[in-house]
Formats: sequence, C-alpha cells, structure tokens
Amino acid sequence: MRAEDAFPARGIARRPLPRRSLRLWSVRHARALAAVYRGFERVLRGAHPLFARIGYARLERPVARVELAVKSALFDCRMCGQCVLSATGLSCPMNCPKGLRNGPCGGVRDNGHCEVHPDMPCVWVQAYAGAERMGAVARMGEARAPIDHRRAGLSSWLQAARGDVAS
Amino acid sequence: MLHPDDIGPVPWAPLKPLPGHVSRGRLERVLRRGEFAVTAEINPPDSADPDEIEHRIKPFEGWVDAINATDGSGAHCHMSSIAVSALLIRMGYSPVTQISCRDHNRIAIQGNVLGAAALGVANILCLTGDGVQAGDHPEAKPVFDLDSISLLQTIRTMRDEGKFLSGRRITGPPQVFVGAAENPFAPPHDFRPIRLAKKIAAGAQFIQTQYCYDVPMMARFMARVRDLGLHERCFILAGCGPLASAKAAKWIRANVPGVHIPDGVIARLEGAKNQRAEGKRICVEIIQQLREMPGIAGVHLMAYKQEESIAEIVHESGVLRGRTPWRRDLVAHMQAVETQGAA
Ligand code: SF4
Repeated sequence: MRAEDAFPARGIARRPLPRRSLRLWSVRHARALAAVYRGFERVLRGAHPLFARIGYARLERPVARVELAVKSALFDCRMCGQCVLSATGLSCPMNCPKGLRNGPCGGVRDNGHCEVHPDMPCVWVQAYAGAERMGAVARMGEARAPIDHRRAGLSSWLQAARGDVAS
Repeated sequence: MLHPDDIGPVPWAPLKPLPGHVSRGRLERVLRRGEFAVTAEINPPDSADPDEIEHRIKPFEGWVDAINATDGSGAHCHMSSIAVSALLIRMGYSPVTQISCRDHNRIAIQGNVLGAAALGVANILCLTGDGVQAGDHPEAKPVFDLDSISLLQTIRTMRDEGKFLSGRRITGPPQVFVGAAENPFAPPHDFRPIRLAKKIAAGAQFIQTQYCYDVPMMARFMARVRDLGLHERCFILAGCGPLASAKAAKWIRANVPGVHIPDGVIARLEGAKNQRAEGKRICVEIIQQLREMPGIAGVHLMAYKQEESIAEIVHESGVLRGRTPWRRDLVAHMQAVETQGAA
C-alpha cells in the first residue's frame, strides 16, 4: 500500500497512476506548451471585462471544472488553486508526495526517482529539466510562500484573468 | 582551554550576548570565530527515561561543539527533539534542535519554536523531513504544511521582525541561529547549489549536509558554491559517518533516502579484514579531506548506533587541531554543582 500524499488529488483528478506518461510528455514539451500557455493567459486577461460582466462567482464552478479536466490530463494537476507550473518547468509540484513547492527534498534517489514512490520520477527532477527547456531555471530559484489551503479547488485561470498574482 | 566567550555564569544559561550574533549559544560563536566546528547527532531514545540521553552523549563529551537532536528521523517515533534539547541544555550542552515539516502544521511549528527558544535552544535546523513511508507508521498523515524553505523564512520572520506568519506580533522573539540541510549528492545535481542559495536567502545561517562518501562530488558542489559566493554567506558543515560493514553500506544505499555511497567505498570495505575498522578509517580520511576543502566550516557526524566511535574519529582526524570543545569538567561551576548534588 502506498503512503498518503500530503496534498491528495481532488475531484476528477483522483487518478493517481495511469496519467503519468502524459505528464512526462508535457514536461518534455515544456517549451512549446509554455508558449501556448502564455498566449492563453493573454486571452484570459483580455476576457476580464466579459468575465466581470458575467460575474466571477458564477464562473468559478464551471471554469474550475474545465481547468481541472485540461490540467489534470496534461499535468496531473491537483487544483491547488495557486498554480506555479510556469515556474516549475510545467511539472506540477503538488504531485510530490510531500507537496513541496520550493524544490526537491534530500531523498531523491540516484536514478532521479522519488523517495516516497520509487516508481515515480521525482517531480523536481522533472521540473528542473522542464525549466531548462523553457529557459526558466532562474524562476526555480524563487522562494514560494506556504500554500494557502483555502484556495484548493479554485480556478487559477480566473485568477490570471483578474490579474491576481497566482502565488 | 575554553574560550571565555563560551562560558556563562551557569552551564545551562544563555551566554552573554555578543554584537553581530543572533543567538546566545556556543555553536554560533565557534563558527564566527572561524574555528573548524564539529557537531554530532544523536537519535533520541524510545524511552521516557532522561538518563538514556546522558548515556548516548557521554562517549563523545568534549569532542563536539553541538549535538543535534533529531526530529522523528526516518519517520520513526522517538522522544521529541525539543524535549531532548531541553534535557541536553539542563546538562550544559548546546543542542541543535531539528524541526521537520512532516508532523506539524504551521501553527504547531511556530509554537514549538517559541517553546524551544524559551527552554534555551539557541540553534534550530529546518528540515523537510523524511516521508512517512520510511518509518514505522506508514499509515500516518503526512503533514508538510510548510517546507524547509518556508520554515526558514517563518523562523527568520519570527526572530527578526517579531511576527508570526499571520502578522500577529511576538512580544519576545526567539533568538535562534537558524540552519538547514542540503544534499549535494542527490539529483538534480545542477539544481542543488541553486537550492542552497534559496535556503540562504530564506534565512539559513548554517548548513549540515547529508553523509559525504563521495569527496569528488562534494568538491564539484563546493566549487559551484564558491562561484556563487555562498560559502561566505553561511557556514557549511559536511556530514560524515562511519560505515559498519559493506553489508550495512549496501543496506543504507538501498533503503535510506538520499544517501549516496560510491561502489569504490563498498569495494574497499569488502576487501578489508576488519570492516568496522576500515569504515572508521574511511570516515577519518574523508573528514581530513573535507577539512582542507575551501568553504567547509566544519563537520557534522552521524554515527548511528556507533556513538562510541565519534570521539575516536574526531581525535584521529585531528580536525580540532588541539582545540577543546566545551565539556562539563572544564567548567568549575558545573563541578561545584555536581559535588553539591552528590553530597
Ligand atoms: S523525491 Fe521529489 S517527488 Fe519525492 S518527495 Fe522528494 S521532492 Fe517530492
């Protein structure tokens, strides 16, 4: 039996193993995906007046659903509600069984796999590789404040549209 | 002889404050004076009997500058690190209290920092902590509400700004020398120096590394550290420890997260008649090489179940170069207290 993760997956993202290959694909294509995502972010920000008219509160549930579907497929996203993918080489840190958001623990195995789940590549080894591909290694050096557990499940896309700093 | 700055009115009391020092403990003084520091680690007992702590540290009394009290290391349950630290302080020793993020959330951790400082703890080591799968309670809830870096930031904010994470004011901030761990031997290797920089930026003033059995790898890491100027912004103590046998080394390599042992070391143990003695000799040689490595400020000894060998290792390595770390019989007051107690 596997030990519980510090930040378990929520909703339809509760699919611990099979999606993993796609997640690794995403990190391998971090550069292209990041470019797509930057474009998408611009669209989101442009949609702010429209979203404001509809009302962010009303949009929260449906948008969060779509976001979860897309991001759980691509990144095994766990909907922490304070997305940092752009600073972690598109490797979602909440898949780290310790939920670490500031870099790898000291337990990473010699083969680059996780201390807790030996069959899983450490998300931070992946993150570093992804960040190198994106040319975003410097962002890996940013210190991140502790997670706000109240935001779990909320849409990060809507936060981007509103111009809230995600983390 | 002992340095006068390291002697207080009574062994268990905080030392006289010194300018430029954040703590009133001995470890910070030794390091800031530029002396090569030696620390050692004890695993707290599975017991409520305080005498067991005395038994564990007695064999290396007078050979180390500070003693780490581990916090549920390997995710095994033991006496709490704060309680062990308080008992060590009562005896006059200077503990490094380890705080791991695995078992407590931010509310409990900040409370523990205040409590530890109130009990006289002058050094705190901030750790992420081993995963629960490694220990005797794999079914436990892994907390990890903070990580080592946000923990460093939290304690620094408490100390320097006198505030909790919430912003609420602390009337008597904890005067602690704050440290962190680093593992130069684990992937992603290129990221490790960046992570060290991150820890220093977050408040780490000293670093104790994972076991070093691969000196060339350590040298590569330290070269990068010096390029970044990190050795000037914190004191780096390299982790060392004797391997009991080739079998033990293989077991550790396979089962203890984050310990990297090169094949050459295992081959050398296998080829030795007396593997235990060879393990000690390897440790002494590594310490001597680290002593000469620019940017290394000391060594941190972890001799799990071989505590009795710590004194010999420090002695044989000669790293103290004649210096004597604090010990009870060198302090007249303590002798007086002891004789009073005996009478
Ligand atoms: S090895 Fe990597 S993924 Fe596993 S717990 Fe440590 S940081 Fe997280």
